[in-house]
Amino acid sequence: MVPPPRLLPAGDSAIVVEYGEAIDARINARVRLLQDVLAAGDHPGIVETVPTYRSLMVHYDPTVLSRQALEDLIGAAAGALPDASRESFRTVEIPVLYGGDAGPDLADVAANAGLDPQAAADLHAGGDYVVFMLGFMPGFPYLGGLPAAIATPRLATPRTLVPAGSVGIAGAQTGIYPTASPGGWRLIGRTPVRLFDARQSPPAMLAPGDHVRFLPIGRAEYDAIAGDVAADRYRPHVRVRGNDP
Amino acid sequence: MTAIEVIDGGLLTTVQDLGRLGYQQYGVPVSGAMDGWALRAANRLAGNDENTAALEITLVGPVLRFDGAGMIALAGADLGARLDGRPLAVWQSSVVQRGSTLAFGGARDGCRAYLAVAGGIDVPVVLGSRSTLLNARLGGFEGRALAAGDDVPVGPSPDRSAAAGRRLQPDTCPVYGHAHTVRVVLGPQDDAFTEEGVERFLSGTYTMAPQSDRVGCRFVGPCIRHRRGADIVSDGTACGSIQVTGDGMPIVLMADRGTTGGYTKIATVASVDLSRLAQAAPGDRVRFVRVGVDEAQALWRAARAHLDRIVRGEASRAPAAGVFEEDSGAPLAASAYAELADALAITPRRGGPPSNVVRASMPGLVISVAVTPGDLVTAGTPLIVLEAMKMQNPVRAPRDGRVGRVLVAPGAQVEGGAPLLEFDDAEPRRN
Repeated sequence: MVPPPRLLPAGDSAIVVEYGEAIDARINARVRLLQDVLAAGDHPGIVETVPTYRSLMVHYDPTVLSRQALEDLIGAAAGALPDASRESFRTVEIPVLYGGDAGPDLADVAANAGLDPQAAADLHAGGDYVVFMLGFMPGFPYLGGLPAAIATPRLATPRTLVPAGSVGIAGAQTGIYPTASPGGWRLIGRTPVRLFDARQSPPAMLAPGDHVRFLPIGRAEYDAIAGDVAADRYRPHVRVRGNDP
Repeated sequence: MTAIEVIDGGLLTTVQDLGRLGYQQYGVPVSGAMDGWALRAANRLAGNDENTAALEITLVGPVLRFDGAGMIALAGADLGARLDGRPLAVWQSSVVQRGSTLAFGGARDGCRAYLAVAGGIDVPVVLGSRSTLLNARLGGFEGRALAAGDDVPVGPSPDRSAAAGRRLQPDTCPVYGHAHTVRVVLGPQDDAFTEEGVERFLSGTYTMAPQSDRVGCRFVGPCIRHRRGADIVSDGTACGSIQVTGDGMPIVLMADRGTTGGYTKIATVASVDLSRLAQAAPGDRVRFVRVGVDEAQALWRAARAHLDRIVRGEASRAPAAGVFEEDSGAPLAASAYAELADALAITPRRGGPPSNVVRASMPGLVISVAVTPGDLVTAGTPLIVLEAMKMQNPVRAPRDGRVGRVLVAPGAQVEGGAPLLEFDDAEPRRN
């Protein structure tokens, strides 16, 4: 049972609706449901909403919507959330080339877990992940559901350049760098798919609440998909289904 | 006017509107003008909608040439603008002619000026905005700061006469100075700090650090202690969120901030005072003062209402007949400038005896020195590279001459106005 949220002021133009302080799938599900309910209401004055692991940030225009009116509206929405277990969701398949140059930290992650690199890659690819939030950089998904055995601390010294498409592990989280950037996550593989494209609507391939499955691929397949991506021919494999049996 | 030719890009000149709203849930930063109020004012003065794309000009201005007649307006910082050599006032609209050149002599008050052009800067809209997000190379002019040789497109403007002579009354124009009082709303994580930590934050004086940029304004001052630690499970950020990292120093997250963050946030800057922070330069002093949400909102509504008066004409002066077209507009600008300077108690810089000392225009870090004593240089030669606000900025020779003593070495941290190098125009010594 998730307790009702706390409403915290974030200045004069945003409110944090906080469901908890931990990384927790049930808390995150409430956050996303609240976002959906508020979006469906199409309330003038709500500028945008940003879901995170544990809270929903509601940005609003105080010249249009008063703080009290917004708090009332959030309270009413939070008190009448639908049942999270009935939510339908997408599952997006992400092809990944594990290890080697594409995943320079796979051996360390495996050693930390007492596994050989292939077993560590198999464990990662066997997981069913949920996008808890996007952040850090455009299109960067924070995924929950990493098998505990391969949870690994961040690098002590971040890399100055992580290549685009790198799949990384940081503690109990896994994620994908959409574009090249500095970063401290342990890199175990790389995907050739484009996770962020400002020409598309929405611009990010993944959205909060999506499920993700990683599909291990070889070098030849990586190159073939990379060619399709470069030519704008690549379409991700997506399934949509509900939680109902 | 269909384009602005960039002759020199200045320190950091970018295209900005009010930001990229609606995409934070995909991790896309809002960006947009650091001083949104000044951008709105510039646009209103130029006869544009408030959200029209304009140029954000940082400390050291660019040199720009207009390819046709049009209406422009400057708002925000006074960076010593000159139109065809004559002083150009901030907070008013001015007519420019084909071939007019706009240049900037140096920062006199504030940090960021906004140049609005009737019709707006017409770069492609990316995700609903023309704003430049530098670190992702998204939007704006090719995703980057303007540089020499760029031709920046300007959109069609209907009737520019409507905005002629529009200006903010001098007594209502902001004066920034170097000491700023910034109102804040405590939260969302003020309970993560000790009582003493919150007290220090609200009573101390903080100095803006040179590492400040469009992502965040960094400060050095009294240490703000956490109860348990600086890290939290990531949540959302607002423009003006004040996060405190493990070293106890506050960072105010600004336009290009990440959409989410994993540090505790002690307070959030009131919208009305984001302008103040945007206009603060490295080395400036800031005090944070607590207000409630409702008070912050009332202040913001009042600031926005003041902009309405520009359009309604109460804050403007009706243009004299024929002021623009026949008259170049520049004399009007010059006289209005004197009035404004009086109102703001700014003493215009007068030419003194030529100085042999080259000084830092802002506090920063010396990255490299390109000349050695005895070198003959021509005006414009890069002498020293200074890093401020994470931008590397060449300090150029103000005139032809011979380099005398070099007073700084790479790695040195210098204050604004600090001497960097001396010219030595005496006869060269013969050894």
